[in-house]
Formats: sequence, C-alpha cells, structure tokens
Amino acid sequence: MESSIAIRMVNITKTFGEVVANDKVCLDIQRGEILSLLGENGSGKTTLMNMLAGIYFPDSGEITINGNPVTIASPKDAFDLHIGMIHQHFKLVDVLTAAENIILGLNETTVVDLKRVREAVKQICDRYGFVVDPNKKVYDMSVSEKQTLEIVKVLYRGADILILDEPTAVLTPQETQKLFCVMRNMKADGKSIIIITHKLHEVMEISDRVAVLRKGHYIGDVPTAETNAQKLTEMMVGRAVSLDIERSEPVNRTARLVVNNLNVCDKDGVNRLTDVQFTAYSGEILGVAGISGSGQKELLEAIAGLQNCRDCSSIEFISEKGEKKQLSGMHPIDIKRLGVALAFVPEDRLGMGLVGSMNLTDNMMLRSYREGKGPVANRKKPKKLAETVVRDLEVVTPGLNTPVRRLSGGNVQKVLVGREISMEPQLLMSAYAVRGLDINTSYNIYHLLSEQKKRGAAVIFVGEDLDVLLELCDRIMVLCAGRVNDIVDARATTKDEVGYLMTYLKEGGKDRE
Amino acid sequence: MTQIISLIQAAVVFGTVILFGAVGEILAEKSGNLNLGVPGIMYLGGIAGLIASFLYEGNAANPLPGVAVAITLLAAFVAAMLGGLIYAVLTITLRANQNVTGLTLTIFGGGFANLFGGTLNKMAGGVGQISVALTSGAFRTTIPFLSGLGAVGKILFSYGFMAYLAVALAFLVSWFLNKTSVGLNLRSVGENPATADAAGISVTKYKYLATCIGAGISGLGGLYYTMDYIKGTWSTDGSIEKLGWLAVALVIFATWKPRRSIWGAYLFGALFWLFFYIPGLTRSSQEIFKMLPYVVTLFVLIMVALRRKREDQPPRSLGVAYFREER
Repeated sequence: MESSIAIRMVNITKTFGEVVANDKVCLDIQRGEILSLLGENGSGKTTLMNMLAGIYFPDSGEITINGNPVTIASPKDAFDLHIGMIHQHFKLVDVLTAAENIILGLNETTVVDLKRVREAVKQICDRYGFVVDPNKKVYDMSVSEKQTLEIVKVLYRGADILILDEPTAVLTPQETQKLFCVMRNMKADGKSIIIITHKLHEVMEISDRVAVLRKGHYIGDVPTAETNAQKLTEMMVGRAVSLDIERSEPVNRTARLVVNNLNVCDKDGVNRLTDVQFTAYSGEILGVAGISGSGQKELLEAIAGLQNCRDCSSIEFISEKGEKKQLSGMHPIDIKRLGVALAFVPEDRLGMGLVGSMNLTDNMMLRSYREGKGPVANRKKPKKLAETVVRDLEVVTPGLNTPVRRLSGGNVQKVLVGREISMEPQLLMSAYAVRGLDINTSYNIYHLLSEQKKRGAAVIFVGEDLDVLLELCDRIMVLCAGRVNDIVDARATTKDEVGYLMTYLKEGGKDRE
Repeated sequence: MTQIISLIQAAVVFGTVILFGAVGEILAEKSGNLNLGVPGIMYLGGIAGLIASFLYEGNAANPLPGVAVAITLLAAFVAAMLGGLIYAVLTITLRANQNVTGLTLTIFGGGFANLFGGTLNKMAGGVGQISVALTSGAFRTTIPFLSGLGAVGKILFSYGFMAYLAVALAFLVSWFLNKTSVGLNLRSVGENPATADAAGISVTKYKYLATCIGAGISGLGGLYYTMDYIKGTWSTDGSIEKLGWLAVALVIFATWKPRRSIWGAYLFGALFWLFFYIPGLTRSSQEIFKMLPYVVTLFVLIMVALRRKREDQPPRSLGVAYFREER
C-alpha cells in the first residue's frame, strides 16, 4: 500500500505574517487517483498546493515524493519532481504563441527549436485527446483553450502529478465535461490529479477521494463513493448548512424595467446585443443565462449607463410611484440624479466595483462622495456604512482601513454587495455574483438577493451555474449570441432546456411575452 | 548630390549615438524596467571613457591606439553598467518607483559627468579644453580602401568602427530576443513576471542582467558621442541629455524592436539635421525642424494606438515592480 503513495505531506505549516494559512496539515496523494481538495475560501487549499508547486516554501513540515524526502524551493524544483500546477489565474504570456509558452523557462536548446516543440505537443494532444494549435497566440484564445494549453504545458514538462486550481470556474458545462474526460484519460495513464473546486456536484462526479480543509486545518478525507454533498459541506463548514435556496413566490409584481429594441455594438462595430426585449418585475429575480460572452456584460452595462446604445434602444424604468423614466443614452450620474435607485454588482469586482488599493470606508464613499458640504466629502456616513456591512455580512477583515485588495474574494464580494444593497435599490443587477466564492459565502449572497426581492426590488441575476439559476430565480432569460433566445419559467424548466437555449438560437427568436 | 551625401553622413553619425542608447534601453525595457535614466547613463559612459583615455594618454610612456580604444570601451561600459546597477537595486530589490528612479539617475549622471568633465578641462590646462587626440583618432579611423570609393564609400564606409558596432549590436540583440531560449524567457519576464516565475525563471536575475547590460550598451552611445561626434573633447552644454531622450523616443518609435531602431535612428538623425540643408532658415525657424524627430515619435504612438496590434505594444508589465507574494 505504501508504494502507491505519490506524495505525502506531513505536518505542513505556513504562516503569512500573523495569519496561519496551513496548520500542521497532513495529506497523502495516491498514484493514479483524482483527489478533490475541498474547503471554503481562505481555508488554505491554494496555499498548500502552492507549496507543492514551489511558489511558497513551508515554514515547517516534510514532503516526501515516492518515499523520498524532498525540498521544493522553486517552481523549477517542482518540475524536476514532475509536479505541475495549473493556477486559477492562468500563467501565460499573451503575446507569445502556444508553443513558446510551453517551452518558457526550460532552456532546452540555446536557439528555440519550435518545430520539435510542435511535434512533442502534437504527441501529447493525441495521447489525451486535446486540441491545441501551437502557432496560435494566447491573446486569440478562449478561456478553455488557455486552460488546455496550461495542461499541455505541465505535461510537456513531464508532470506525473497535476494540480488544478478551480479549473471549472470559467468553463461552460460542455467544456467542463471535456476537461473531465481528459482528466480521466490522464488518470488511466497513471497520473495523480489534485483538483481544487467549490462545486460539489463536480467533486462527486470526477474524484475518487475528497480531502477537506477548514481554516488551515486538515479535517479528513473520505472516498467519494461513501459520501454526499450534504456531508461534505458539513465537513467544510463545520456545522450543518442548508443547501436549499429559499425561493418565495413573487409578491406585488409590477413592471420595473421595460427594455425594448436594445442594440449595442462594440468598438469594432460588431453587434453585441441585437433587438433585446424584456421586462423585469419588482419582487422577482430574473435570471440571465448564456455562454460567457453572449452579451450579458453589455446588457447590464447598457442599463447602468456604461455602454452606448443605438438610438432606437429603449430602457424604461418605472418607479414605485409609476413614473416612467427613460435610461437609454444616459450617463450613470444622470441616472442617479433622476432618482433611480439602481444597484450594480459587476463581474469585475476589483476593477469596476471597488478600488483595490482603497480601504473599506473609501470604497463605500464611491457611491456617496458627492454628498457633504462644498468640496469636503462626508466621511462619517460611509464609515458607519462600512461598519454596518462588516457586521451584518460577517466580512472578515483586520479593520476598516485595510485596502480591499488584501481581503479574500468572498469578503471583497460581501463589501461590494453590502454597499450596493445599502442604498435600498429598486433595481439590483449582479453579474456572476458568486464566481470564485465558497459554498457558505455563495449561499449568503443568494440569501441577500432573495431578501432584496422580498423587499420589492427587481433583481437581475446573471449566473453561470444552471443548478443555482433554476433554484434561485423566478424566470430565466437565455441569451444566445446577443439575442434573447427565450424567457422561461424557472420553476417549470429543466437544465437541459436552458442548456439547449444557450447554444441554439431559435428561428426568428422573437416569440416571447 | 554632395548635399545629400553629407546629410546621410550626418544622419548616420547622429543616429549611431541614439542607436546605442535605444538598443540598450530595449533590452532593459524587455525585462519590464522602464529606465528613464538613459541620458544619465550615456553621460556616465561618455565621461568614464574620456577620463580613461585622458589618464592613459597622459600617463603611458608610449600610448598605443588599440589599447586606448580597449580601455575606453571597457571604462565606458563598466561605468554605464554601474549606473544601471544603481537603478536595478533601487527598482528591483527595493521596488522603488521606476520613473522617479530613472529621472533621478538622469540628473545624477548629468551632474556627475559635467563635474568631472569641467575638472578635466581645467586639468588639461591651455585653452581649457580637453582633447584626447590619439584615442579619438583611433575611434574615428575609417576603413582605408573602402571609404575612398566615391559616393558609395562616403555613404557606407566613412565612419569609425563604432557605427558598425551599433548596427551589429542591434542585430545581435534582435536575434537574442527573438530566437534564443534565454531571450524568450526575458520577454516573458517583461510581459508577465508572475508567469515567468511560475515557469521557473528567476525574475530578479533576468531583470538585473538585462538592466545592467542594457545600461552598458546605452553607455556606449555616450562614448561614441564624446570620442567620435565631438572628437574626444568635452562640452557641458547638455547635448548628451538631449540625445538620451531621443534614444528613449526611438525605443517607442521602433516599437521595442532593435532592428527597426536601426533605420529609425538614421531617420531621426536625418530629420534632426534637415534644417542645416534647407536654405533660408533663421535661427528660430531652425528649431521647428529640430522638433521633427519628436513629432514623428508622436505620430508613431498615434498609429500604434490606432492599429492596436498586440506585437507593437510595450511589454505588458513595463514600469511595474514584481513581488511574488503580492496579491
């Protein structure tokens, strides 16, 4: 039995300043198995794996590979030990081709020999069922192509142990299936794979064994066949968590946002949205589904006043009192001046939503800096708001003066959502609100959105996890290539139907509402 | 005809100064270090070469031209590298702001060089103008037979060896960046240091070496200026600084491609001297023509911005310090 263990980590401890990221963690990885590493955000999964990949160096503890004690001081050491990690944020150079990225840092030959690389890449691709064009520049690649390239890159370096950090976070369901297929091929080839993911159904589907971390501690491991999503969640969170999303019936349903003929084109003149037409009602959550890049971003930004719409477009906001206000062609400031309480949680949290280098209070002020006397901004109210958000949403932060960039992804999102709902919006839009968040935080966010709906806000929820869309939303609008393909009742539809609508544009595609 | 040949000659000589500066700066910028200290580094190279040759000519019993050239080249390269090292320590190890550090280095280099240049002029005695005739002569030696070949000889072969060295260096750096594994690694450091780091490339080492060697090459521009352009003398009029900024502009003009910087350098040179060959210009209207290289650079910036071709953009992490554990 001992001989089948590929990696053994014993009593690994790693601290960052005063924060203990890993506390005496022990973990075994068998040869030819797929191990899921599960844990909430900040539980130390990525840190632990980074120590295998040579990015971080453990403070104490021991790592043995195939029974031999090793020291992994740099990524190069990791390659030499046949460990390869595919990071959550891809480590690729955009302006280089696939082949150039693959040989980066290897220095196999003084003068780069791309012909040889291309042949080697082709061999790897044929063996596991990948498709990679070695001459394609990374900036021309889709997310899933980039990921495939990352995997080929570590295989080219002779990796026997692959670590994948949240590989499915950015993939469509179809792409995920393809990835899983490749992973099974690699497993059959005797490679060990560690996958970090938040999605429990994927854990159940792909892995042989699950190891759970909680707050830097190793909780335990179980064979996947002997557990279920509920049990795993309890191990992760440390207490029972309900995995059901509470969905109330919409009350007091009135039209809040009426969009007609919305057309948006990008800088190159290509239409990103074509003849979009829908109505969002108060007291309901309207889900927006679609393959990434189908116009979700443009849709929300057009409503928020951040995209130029074609002249024919109409975005009509109807206030609680029944006043109609045209938002098309308006600047965000004008929209605010009109008295439209519109909250926007964009997908790019630290780019559009918050300023990473500013602290919590200052980020709260982004919404209110115009208030206050004369040129002096009012700092008291934002400070109070920050305190409230930290308290109510249980944001983990050293203090209000910490730059938000230093917070973990989940906490960043809580700060953003907290700020946006504090203005009691009549219309709340969120894009990929739970991307990269752990289960517990995700359910917190779902709960917050449901509360806004109950309060009477119209909520537009752009999501990628179809299971969640079906459970959380009242209606789902499916976008396909910038058009509204259909709007379906979330209570009556199925995952397959939505998935089909995401990929195949209906003839005409106009018969709705 | 003679006018055109003379313009071309002036352009090549002028271009050679900034070509050294630009090729060195391209190497440094490819590692992600925006070294605005190029003018200062060129000053350092120029003055170090001058000091070395002055001391050699003054102290050696029987100074030899070949030895003088070797000593001055070495002195200029090392002094410029030390300038680059100051920049590297500050920006790479201490992660100081690159722009501020570079500008400071420019001021430091200019002050340092003019202080010693003034001292040299005093030490030289006489009319108060230093002259290292022997070394300068060696630098300005042309290829004996070829330079006599009429117009072709004048256009192609009438320069000192450093004019050819600059072109050779440009080709060498281009080959290094685009064809070798180490060059590929260097480019990735400037584009995306986190990726390079994860690929097992020592970001710090690459940045240090590229910055220091790049500075050494830039410094040769200053040496060429003192030894060839102004014939082994020193003047405290700040003209090296002006050329240094043109070298930085040339890097942008060449869109970070050493080979493109060759003809770019000569074009800058031609544009710079154009006023001399246009009859009827007054002192003030001359200045408008001297502006041309900068106007052309602006034009290129606009074109590059409009075309948005990814290969023509500056290295992605140019100007940004790298720290592995930063989030």
